[in-house]
Amino acid sequence: MAFQEHEKNKTTSSEEVVSPNTPSAMHTSPIDLGHIEVLQILNEHGEVDGGLEPDFSDEKLLGVYRSMVLARAFDKRMMTMQRQGRMGTFAPNIGQEACIVGQVTSLTKDDWFSPSYRSFGAQIMRGWSMEHLMRLWAGFHDGFPPPKDVNDLPFSIVIGSHVLPAVGIGMGMNYKKKKDCVLVNYGDGASSQGAVSEALNFAAVYKAPVVFICENNGWAISTPAKKQSGNEIIATHGIAHGIPSIRVDGNDILAMMCATKEATDRARNGDGPTLVEAITYRMSLHTTADDPTVYRNEDEVKAWESRCPIKRFETYLTNKGILDADSIEETVASCDEKVIQARDVFYAMPPADPTEIFDHIYNSIPEELQKQKEEYLKRLHQKGVDE
Amino acid sequence: MSKLTMVEAVNLALSQEMERDENVCMLGEDIGVNGGVFRATKDLQKKYGDDRVMDTQLAECGIVGTAIGMAVYGIRPVVEIQFSGFTMQAFDQIEQNMARLRNRTRGKYNIPIVLRTPFGGGIRAVEHHSESREAYWAHTPGLKVVIPSSPRNARALLAASIREDDPIIFYEPKALYRAFREDVPDEPEIMEIGKAEIVRGGKDITLISYGAMMRPCKEAVNDLADDHGIDVELIDLLTISPMDTDTLAASVQKTGRCIIVHEGQRTCGVASEIIARLNEVVFEFLEAPIKRITGFDIPFPYFQVEEHFLPESEEIILAIKDTIDWK
Ligand SMILES: Cc1ncc(C[n+]2csc(CCOP(=O)(O)OP(=O)(O)O)c2C)c(N)n1
Ligand SMILES: [Mg+2]
Repeated sequence: MAFQEHEKNKTTSSEEVVSPNTPSAMHTSPIDLGHIEVLQILNEHGEVDGGLEPDFSDEKLLGVYRSMVLARAFDKRMMTMQRQGRMGTFAPNIGQEACIVGQVTSLTKDDWFSPSYRSFGAQIMRGWSMEHLMRLWAGFHDGFPPPKDVNDLPFSIVIGSHVLPAVGIGMGMNYKKKKDCVLVNYGDGASSQGAVSEALNFAAVYKAPVVFICENNGWAISTPAKKQSGNEIIATHGIAHGIPSIRVDGNDILAMMCATKEATDRARNGDGPTLVEAITYRMSLHTTADDPTVYRNEDEVKAWESRCPIKRFETYLTNKGILDADSIEETVASCDEKVIQARDVFYAMPPADPTEIFDHIYNSIPEELQKQKEEYLKRLHQKGVDE
Repeated sequence: MSKLTMVEAVNLALSQEMERDENVCMLGEDIGVNGGVFRATKDLQKKYGDDRVMDTQLAECGIVGTAIGMAVYGIRPVVEIQFSGFTMQAFDQIEQNMARLRNRTRGKYNIPIVLRTPFGGGIRAVEHHSESREAYWAHTPGLKVVIPSSPRNARALLAASIREDDPIIFYEPKALYRAFREDVPDEPEIMEIGKAEIVRGGKDITLISYGAMMRPCKEAVNDLADDHGIDVELIDLLTISPMDTDTLAASVQKTGRCIIVHEGQRTCGVASEIIARLNEVVFEFLEAPIKRITGFDIPFPYFQVEEHFLPESEEIILAIKDTIDWK
C-alpha cells in the first residue's frame, strides 16, 4: 500500500521528490539507544560516592591494590628488559591497571578467561607466574600454554579472534548445565571486527554466560576510538544485540569490581551475557615497536595522568584508614622485589628447545611429518645446535 | 637514481601511481597519520589527502570487501593489510568476490585491486606475524600473486600491479624492507608481471626462489662458484601466479638439474607446483630428481627458534652438491 502510494506520487511530478504525506523510511525515528551512564564510584580525586560504595573486605581491597601495583612493576621491568634487548616486542598496560585487574576479581577457578595481549595484570591474578609470562613475551613456546589448573585461553594476538571461542566455552557451560561463566576482553579497535559482532550475536541468542569487557583505551595503534565507529559508545553494540550493557569508568577499580561482579552473577544465574565498556586510556606506547609521538598529542596524555587508577585507589584506601605512606612504600618495594626475583628466575631458565616444534601439531605425529622432523634434526645437527 | 631501501621504493611507487592516476586510492590500518607500521605509506596522506589515503577501522574483511565495491565502481584501491597473517580475516571477500566477481559477471566488472602485505619470517616477531601463505593465493583462480625481492623490482612490480586490471596479491618480504639499498630510477619504471628473471646465468644447475629467500640463494651461488667451481643458474620467480613456466623449463632443459627454495610450508606449496610443471615439460632432460628446500609443515615457530626453521645458504649448498653428485 505504502509502496503504491509512493509510486503514484512519483509519477505526478518529477521535480517533487517525496510528498510530505508519503510514508518512507526517512520518516521513522532512529532507534533510541537511550542514554548510557558511566558508572563511577571513585572519582578522579579518590572521593567515594557514598551511595554506591561496595562493602568488599579490607583484605580483598588491599589484595587488589597490591595486584595493581604489581602489574605496574611488571610493566616497568618488561619495558626495561625490552630496551636492554632481553625481551621481545611488548605491549605495556600502564594506566589500565584498574580495568585489567578489576575485571577478574570476581572470577573463580572454575570460570574461564579469554584475554587479549594487554592483560598480564589479570593473567598474574589468574595464576600465571611472572617468569612464565616473561617466557611468553620473549618468544619461547613454553610461555603460551596456561598453567595447570588455570582455565584460560592463551592470549590472543589476532585481534578479535578469541571472542567467538570464549562464547563457545559459555555455550559449553550451558550444555553441561554448569553455573560458571567466561570473561573475555577486547579493545576498542577489536570492536570493529566482524567476528566480535558475531560473538555478541551468538552469546545473546544462546544466552551464553559470557562477560564481554571492551577495554576502550582511546586508541588502536594510531587510530583513535572515535574513528572505529559512527557511534562512540561501544556499549551500544551490546544493546543492538539485545545484551544488557553498561559503561564503566575503567580507571575506577571499585566500579570495575562492582560491574563485573554483577555481570558474573547474572551469567551464573542463567541470565546470559553482559557487555561492560570500560573507559580507560593507553598511557604509553601501543607496543615497544610503536612511536605514538607521530600520531597523538602529548596534551591528551597529560590530561589522563591525573586519572591514574592506582593513585585514586590509594587515596580511597588511605581515607578509609587501611593504607598509609609507609604501607604504600612497602607495597611498591615488595612488588618491585617480586618482579626482580621473577626476572632472575627467568634469566636462569633453560634456552629454547628447538627440537620440539613438531611435537604438538597433532595428537600423534603423522609419519610424513616425522620424516620432516628427522630432516630438521639433521639440519640442527649440521649446524651444531643439537644438545 | 636514488639509493632506496625496499620500503622506500614501495613508498615511491605508491606516490607516483597516485600522482599519475587520481583513481588510485589506499585503504588500510594505520597507513595515514602513522604512515603504516613499517612506514611504507609515510607522508602519503599528507600529500594526497585523507579521502585518498584512508585510515580504516580495524577490520580486514571490511577493508577488502569495500575495496571490491570501490573497484567495481571504477576506483583503483590499493589495500594494505598490516601483516599477511591478518589477510585471513579477509579470506571470505578475497575468495568469494575479489577473485571471482569478474568471472561471475562475464567480464562486465574488473576488480583492479592490489592487496599489499608484508610476509615472511626472520624479524623476531610474535605468532601470526611471520606467515608465508602465498600458496593459498596461488591456489585461488582469478588472483595474481607477485613477490618482489629488491628495492628496484619492488617499485617496478608494484607500479605495474597498480596498473593491472586484475586483482593482485602483492607480498612484500618484510625481512628485506630495510636489509639493503639499491639504485632506483627517479622516473616511473614498470616491470612485466608474469615473468621470472634469470638473475645469474649458469650451466650446472638451476636454483629457483623468490622473496627474502633470494638472499641465502645468492650467498650459496657465490660460494659455490668461488669454492667449488659450480656454475648455478639463479632464477627469481617474481610472479608466483601466473607462473612463468617457459623460463623455468628452458633453464632446466639446459642444466638438467634443479633446486627450489621457499620459506612457506611444503605440502601443496609453490615448489610442488614447479616440480609438477617441470615433470610435465622437461622430464626427459632431468639428470637428477628435483629437490625442494622449504618451510616445514608446522606453524611458523616462535622467534627463539625461528632461525632454524628458515632455509639458509649452507643447506642450499649441500643440496646443490648432492644433486650435482647424484647418480
Ligand atoms: C586481525 C588483526 N589485524 C591487525 C592486527 C595488528 N594490530 C595489533 S594490535 C592492533 C590495535 C588493537 O587495538 P585495540 O583493539 O583497541 O587494543 P589495544 O591495543 O588498544 O589494547 C592492531 C591493528 C592484529 N594483531 N590482528
Ligand atoms: Mg584500544
